[in-house]
Amino acid sequence: MTDTLTPVLTAHWDEPDAFTLDGYRRGGGWQALPKALAMHPDEVIAVVKSSGLRGRGGAGFPTGVKWSLMPQGDGKPHYLAVNADESEPGTCKDVPIMMANPHVLIEGSAIAAYAVRASHVFIYVRGEVLHVVRRLRHAVQEAYEAGYLGRDVLGSGFDVEVIVHPGAGAYICGEETAMLDSLEGRRGLPRNKPPFPAQAGVYSLPTNVNNVESIASVPSIIVNGADWFAGMGTEKSKGYGLFSLSGHVANPGQFEAPLGITLRELLDLAGGVRAGHRLKFWTPGGSSVPMLTDAHLDVPLDFESVLTAGSQLGTRALQIFDETTCVVRAVLRWTEFYQHESCGKCTPCREGTFWMVRVLDRLEHGNGTEEDLDKLLDICDNILGRAFCALGDGATSPVTSGIQYFRDEFMQHQKEGGCPFDPEASTAWSTS
Amino acid sequence: MPFPEEVRSRLDADATQIIGRYPGSRSALLPLLHLVQAEQGYVSADGIEYCAAKLGLTETEVTGVVTFYTMYKRHPVGEYHVGVCTNTLCAVMGGDHILADLHSYLGVGDDEPTPDGAVSIEHVECNAACDYAPVVMVNWEFFDNMTPASARELTDDLRAGNRVTPTRGPGRLCTWREASRILAGFNDDQATDGPAAGPASLLGLRIAREHGWTAPERAPAGRRAANESNESKEPR
Repeated sequence: MTDTLTPVLTAHWDEPDAFTLDGYRRGGGWQALPKALAMHPDEVIAVVKSSGLRGRGGAGFPTGVKWSLMPQGDGKPHYLAVNADESEPGTCKDVPIMMANPHVLIEGSAIAAYAVRASHVFIYVRGEVLHVVRRLRHAVQEAYEAGYLGRDVLGSGFDVEVIVHPGAGAYICGEETAMLDSLEGRRGLPRNKPPFPAQAGVYSLPTNVNNVESIASVPSIIVNGADWFAGMGTEKSKGYGLFSLSGHVANPGQFEAPLGITLRELLDLAGGVRAGHRLKFWTPGGSSVPMLTDAHLDVPLDFESVLTAGSQLGTRALQIFDETTCVVRAVLRWTEFYQHESCGKCTPCREGTFWMVRVLDRLEHGNGTEEDLDKLLDICDNILGRAFCALGDGATSPVTSGIQYFRDEFMQHQKEGGCPFDPEASTAWSTS
Repeated sequence: MPFPEEVRSRLDADATQIIGRYPGSRSALLPLLHLVQAEQGYVSADGIEYCAAKLGLTETEVTGVVTFYTMYKRHPVGEYHVGVCTNTLCAVMGGDHILADLHSYLGVGDDEPTPDGAVSIEHVECNAACDYAPVVMVNWEFFDNMTPASARELTDDLRAGNRVTPTRGPGRLCTWREASRILAGFNDDQATDGPAAGPASLLGLRIAREHGWTAPERAPAGRRAANESNESKEPR
């Protein structure tokens, strides 16, 4: 029986120098790379494949399969792009990983680059986290000096360069093809697929794009074995992951647990919903997945179970809202976010998010009608599956799920001629 | 008016380093824009002209990139640029209150510097620190668990030139232009400052320690060996 919490990536975060080369080595770090370099690259891919690791950036695509899609023996340069543009509302796991243990990401990157025959690794980190940028660069420099990066790594003949590339403020660059355009010094607009990045990525060359937490999980798999990793979690959602609890909980924070833990278990560990209040709605994986309610406390947080419950596991960003929160306000704010971040490339998303904000704004202020709800659902119908990338799809999630679970509350605003909630009551400093 | 020769030659040395990092030169555009922002505090027409010339792009192409990304400013902002997260979770937890209060307290709008040039404010989207909500960023460093009162105090200190320390960050807060230079690719010496992790980041680990919870041993064979050696030490 696996323990309730399984600290692996977080295991040494409470050591003051956890982010340094020495700190990481003391906890067993940098032992996976030599082991991987002694294997054939295909063997490394096979281990990651059989571990069952699925992408930790939200979509859950099997990481080893993604690696095996990279062409081999094509004679072209290959690239690895690490998606460190963490910006999905509620998601706050990659930033603490890179702050406390950048070396595990660098080691994982070197192993992944070796496996997919990449000569360069781009760590595309969002620009708005300056200390993370410092820590990443510092770790990369230490790794070069120790011979883990650069020419002829550890005498293996393998060459790899790692470039820390800060973005400049655009949520859309977390979409993998928009990130590739941004890496090429362009506006971050999503590309048509196919061709997929494995065929034509950065500079139209084969590129493997992976989330920070996926890559950071690789060293533990190489050192401990695929079976060790697969021994945690559920049958189809294997391994451990970070669960980030935020909002109206007594003690918000990061919990590293096998996939399949429930919100009820996590809330118990976090001291429950804040005192005197009860759970109203929550997101299992950021704002781009449908919200759930207190009816879903016992849904195992794995890819399949959350899907069956009508949402998606996403990034395990558990934003908790209690009964003081106005769901219309919450949905409006999320929709404003999607409008702000829509890149404008395709009409359904650009126009749809714009108009949804206007309709939601009048609903929130008591000037909406029942027809407005149908209008919103109609707009969502015209965005979902019709937008160029997943941003548009994600923008519909809060709206459709909000109306699904709280239709009456939307209409209560109209009856009362305004928002019936006191925003003061939902603040962190509220004592009521 | 283009940059004076002295500025240009200094920028050229940095730009050569930046461009040299990339297999394809256009990839250097984002860091080069951070670099010219570090020089002037914002991306001016001169900055755009400089980047375009360096990379063989048109000024139109570069302008299109500048206007896409929110971190590039087209006019001067404060020496300390304060971003208040008002994405849903932080907004609900009090970010809306903090932003509204700072607007009226400082008497400035979004991206507009105070008359002394010390502080500007803007609303920012989710900054990946939701377990520390409500969050305020200053020059992209974390100020966690803020209130309207602590945010006022923060801007007072910034305007008075008092030392302020981010919750999870360096010992010395960089100016806006210094921060832009780091983003361009030139670290200062503060990478090892500050904690490895904040208290919320450590919560799960602390609880796991209290319960003696760990990830499984690496391999069944290794576990057996460890158990056997433990048993052999026990008195029989």
